[in-house]
Amino acid sequence: MSSNPEPSLYAAREPVFPKRVKGKFRNLKWYIMAITLGIYYLTPWIRWDRGPSLPDQAVLVDLANRRFFFFMIEIWPHEFYFVAGLLIMAGLGLFLFTSALGRVWCGYACPQTVWTDLFILVERWIEGDRNARLRLHRQKKWDLRKLRLRLTKMIVWLFIGLATGGAWVFYFTDAPALLQDLLNGTAHSIAYTTIAVLTFTTVFFGAIAREQICIYACPWPRIQAAMMDEETLTVGYRHWRGEPRGKGKRTADSELGDCIDCMACVNVCPVGIDIRDGQQMECITCALCIDACDEMMEKVGKPRGLVDYLAVGDEAHETAGNAPRSIWKHHFLRPRTLLYTGLWSLVGVFLVVALFMRSDIDVTVAPVRNPTYVTLADGSIRNTYEVRLRNKQGEVRPFRVTARGDPVLRIELEGTPYETVNVPADQIRLQRVYVIAPKGSAPAESARTDIRIWVEDISNGDRVYKNTVFNGRNN
Amino acid sequence: MSKKSEIKKGDPETTGHSWDGIQEFNNPLPRWWVWVFYATIVWGIGYTIAYPAWPGIKGATAGVLGYSTRGEVAKDIARVNAANAPINARLEAAELTEISADPELQGYAASAGSAVFKTFCAQCHGSGAAGAKGYPNLLDNDWLWGGDIDAIYTTVKVGVRQPEDADGDYLRQSEMPAFGEMLEGEEIGQVVNYVMSLSGTPEDASQVDAGAVVFGENCASCHGDNGKGDRSQGAPNLSDAIWLYGGDYETLTETVTYSRRGVMPAWQDRLSEAQVRAVAAYVHQLGGGE
Repeated sequence: MSSNPEPSLYAAREPVFPKRVKGKFRNLKWYIMAITLGIYYLTPWIRWDRGPSLPDQAVLVDLANRRFFFFMIEIWPHEFYFVAGLLIMAGLGLFLFTSALGRVWCGYACPQTVWTDLFILVERWIEGDRNARLRLHRQKKWDLRKLRLRLTKMIVWLFIGLATGGAWVFYFTDAPALLQDLLNGTAHSIAYTTIAVLTFTTVFFGAIAREQICIYACPWPRIQAAMMDEETLTVGYRHWRGEPRGKGKRTADSELGDCIDCMACVNVCPVGIDIRDGQQMECITCALCIDACDEMMEKVGKPRGLVDYLAVGDEAHETAGNAPRSIWKHHFLRPRTLLYTGLWSLVGVFLVVALFMRSDIDVTVAPVRNPTYVTLADGSIRNTYEVRLRNKQGEVRPFRVTARGDPVLRIELEGTPYETVNVPADQIRLQRVYVIAPKGSAPAESARTDIRIWVEDISNGDRVYKNTVFNGRNN
Repeated sequence: MSKKSEIKKGDPETTGHSWDGIQEFNNPLPRWWVWVFYATIVWGIGYTIAYPAWPGIKGATAGVLGYSTRGEVAKDIARVNAANAPINARLEAAELTEISADPELQGYAASAGSAVFKTFCAQCHGSGAAGAKGYPNLLDNDWLWGGDIDAIYTTVKVGVRQPEDADGDYLRQSEMPAFGEMLEGEEIGQVVNYVMSLSGTPEDASQVDAGAVVFGENCASCHGDNGKGDRSQGAPNLSDAIWLYGGDYETLTETVTYSRRGVMPAWQDRLSEAQVRAVAAYVHQLGGGE
């Protein structure tokens, strides 16, 4: 078919110039942006007193000492399951919100969306609203005004990127000290590199690439489809009410629907789609088109909700002439969402219980099995255990180590004639512990004797134990 | 003529290809994506120039950055050595008996010594230091040449029954005669029974008294009157529960008849001073240290 010219397999990016919009969802997004950015930028500056030998930063990932501090909670590397649990909760939380509200994460809380929103806000402040930006974009000539506007915008963007990358490194070391070092130029090169990389990625992803990341780079939208069903709320257009669309006054015999084809919903869209075309993979359900349309409907005296949170199942229901269904009953409280809520809560309760059941002493006992026992000069049998004593408090603590299991057993600690060792604040002490059975005694001659190694903080009586075995000559 | 495929209003445009009535929608790829693809090709070519890549007859191209994994390992080792230099210097300067009082130095010596032990000592003494027949168990509290840290350090340094060292020191020397040439078979049986009686039950109790006489005349000069041994000449204690070669009648007869001559290499020329000290500290804290 020679009449059909070969179309290009590659498309240039369609620039998007979202128009300013007012409304309840826009306000909600402003609040969420303020809260999430506030948390991100300010958290490293919160102080939390933990005593003299521990850092006083409320939230700190101390990689050098392998500790994670979160307000009153301190996580050691062997307690990493807490992080795993939090990630499971985050996953289940996303499942829950996706099955109830579709891509609500994308529309409101995803950092990509929040920062893009912030960058667009800056762009609007500097270059003006949609029409002004469109004019500037179409203006071929780089006159002084265009140069000034573009330069100002880029500088402000870079500052936002710098603040973002800068805030990140404060989570990993003492923030005030690091800020001073950064300003003096004496901080570690890793800090500068991290800030530089994150400044670049923040500006590149949030300010320049924007919706391209959501559409082409992010895997989450593809996964989400598997968690949505016909009762999942997503942003939609009531075409049964709006079509046929058309401008102009509605007369009594007019066949036109409620849509006045004003393009308000298209102009505000940050991903550049027309919601009236139905559900599309680009849509991040930010609901700005709902605000835009509601404003128009109010102006022309029609009911709101031409563009609204709708589920696929609503179409059949409403085209049959029924009133819209209750959001809570039909969309939120479903077996699926209840199941996700239950699982989420279960993991949460488990984590909280595990957190408060933690002991301030933590002990692991590893019997040395190479060799399983040693014969001493007097014929007695000795077993060795590598005991790791973890002191999770901010001060030195005296730990007494004892063994129970058979009254003839005697305990000795390597390097000290006493039964008590001091473990420095917030550290692990690896202590070799010997348990000795006299020659001819039952534990010495038998194969295995169950024993229990107790560790007690003699300053306050806290104690924990670990069960292990004593290997005799016949093991 | 095949049935025409249905293209509805609002569908994307087609590529224009049509085969047996089947047409192909055109959902164009973003152009920047194609540029990223080209950029990866350029990056890939640059990478093969910068890093070792293309195989040749005698080896791969070296890459202009001069990177090699062996070089990285050498750098890592140099970095670790440089980082350990201050604590190694402290280890070399410290009194051996005072290492254990310094938790940082003790911790370093024990772990560095553990690495030295597993590399150079484990072949004979075992990876757990439990020894084997003829190779002393380093975990128990019986020592041939002494079990305090200075004695262990000296033993590691000069070895056992090694020729005179560079300093002219002539330590850890001794020789047990092969009594097969000096005693009658009957006397050997008697002395073996006596030695067995020192730590437990003899094979033949009637020979113990005669054995004591043989022991007093031939063995006590080194092993002591009661067979308690003598560490200054590495003569084992014969009255405890620990046997280097075995405490049964046959093994003891063999030992008395042919003698034993265990040796250990001198490590002072092969290990650094810090390594010798570290491995001595490691062995000392295994449970038998005095």
